[in-house]
Amino acid sequence: MAVLFGADDIRRAVSRIAHEIVERDRDVPALALVGIRARGDLLAARLAAAISQNEGVEVPLGALDITLYRDDLTRIGYAPTVHRTELPFKVDDRIVVLVDDVLYTGRTIRAAMDALIDYGRPRAVRLAVLVDRGHRELPIRADFVGKNVPTQPTDDVRVHLAEDDGHDEIELVQAGVLT
Amino acid sequence: MSERSHREAAPGRPKAEFPAPKWNRHHVLSTEDWSRAEIETVLENAHAMAEVLSRPVRRAPALHGRTVILFFAEVSTRTRVSFELAAKALSADVINITATGSSVEKGETLLDTVRTLQALGGDVVVMRHWASGAPYFVAERTESAVINAGDGAHAHPSQGLLDAYTLRDALGDLGGKRVVIVGDVLYSRVARSDIHTLVPLGAEITLSGPPTLMPAAWRCGSLPDKVRYEPDVDRALDGADAVIALRLQRERADAGLLPSLREYARVWGITDARVARMRPEAPVLHPGPMNEGIEIDAAVAHGPRSLIERQVTNGVAIRMALLYLLAGTRAS
Repeated sequence: MAVLFGADDIRRAVSRIAHEIVERDRDVPALALVGIRARGDLLAARLAAAISQNEGVEVPLGALDITLYRDDLTRIGYAPTVHRTELPFKVDDRIVVLVDDVLYTGRTIRAAMDALIDYGRPRAVRLAVLVDRGHRELPIRADFVGKNVPTQPTDDVRVHLAEDDGHDEIELVQAGVLT
Repeated sequence: MSERSHREAAPGRPKAEFPAPKWNRHHVLSTEDWSRAEIETVLENAHAMAEVLSRPVRRAPALHGRTVILFFAEVSTRTRVSFELAAKALSADVINITATGSSVEKGETLLDTVRTLQALGGDVVVMRHWASGAPYFVAERTESAVINAGDGAHAHPSQGLLDAYTLRDALGDLGGKRVVIVGDVLYSRVARSDIHTLVPLGAEITLSGPPTLMPAAWRCGSLPDKVRYEPDVDRALDGADAVIALRLQRERADAGLLPSLREYARVWGITDARVARMRPEAPVLHPGPMNEGIEIDAAVAHGPRSLIERQVTNGVAIRMALLYLLAGTRAS
């Protein structure tokens, strides 16, 4: 097991991404942040807080549950509990930044885009992730990345966030390596 | 493997972000033997499904490519439509088989019907039947998941679950809450399913209604845990947290179980005066279709305390949750 990111690294990455999101489109009033449950929603809330602190503008915040849009429901053998999607704003004509903790195959993001588009027609959809660990299976890339991490498909990237887990940390657990 | 399933499969993930599945049932026949955790799982999923129903496009793709067969051997509009809306909101294909106008009317046996259903290859069979236990017969003989949408006087689990959802939405935690069920308990699959769903969630049930329409053992004091019988409906309602009025089938009067419908309305009907006996804000439920002026007054049915329309909306969400839990992960 290796610690990829400590609490300070996560704090700096969130702060940097918050600036990058604003610089990218330079249209803060059109922005909305939508986190993918679970953990993406926590990161989206941190980004929204950072942007509102930097820019003095409240950015609308939503949380998306993608369970009903997954393409692997028949493979996982049980039905994950569906949680409520909360998008307390109209997505039409907004620049929606999807936020997730780890970008891997891209399938979650595909599902999230399908879910989002059921709510309307955003002007643009961007993607912010804390970790990009590679191994894409779909033509998807992130616009804002906290850290690129080369991994093996058998590795496990574990994101801990204080809101859920009591502390901020990202670990890389390699298969076959005793922890 | 997708990233999400990969992450869920990760060992040692802390906290209850991805809790162990609390659901491994293949059929929904009755909630009588369900644990509280299983009931909570359905209610939790239904809460998310209610959000899907509030979207501009009321559709999510979870059951895309699956087939739901609605087999209604007994007349029903609202339950059938509710299941149909639920299946369509999850993008399933829906096939309707009704008793009237089908081979069932020409004397086809239930076994023959089962063979037909089997051949049609539905992922889920939602069935209503006049014979108590018929869904069990079908469940044993088909590969499909079976949902009981009402069998004789036995069970109507989706109704019990939607009543629990509606009551919890209105009252919060049901622990220690007293729910009164008034009417024809003897013939009511709704009453039985309500008891089997509300009691595990902590509610206490007071049954009220004519002694001739109570199961004999219950009338004589041999009642399930947390259930009591109070023949005086006014006393039953005093300080109650909610009331569920049951539909009175008019043929009960013809069968001599009641002196008359008018007398039933006077002695057992839910009126504004009776509603006022409950706690302030205590809601009124009815599984529908209502006989207004008999088991419930129109003023109550359409009044501020009525959750009857909410029950209809919640019913679709509950049925989506059941279909998702049974069919969402089945390989077609």
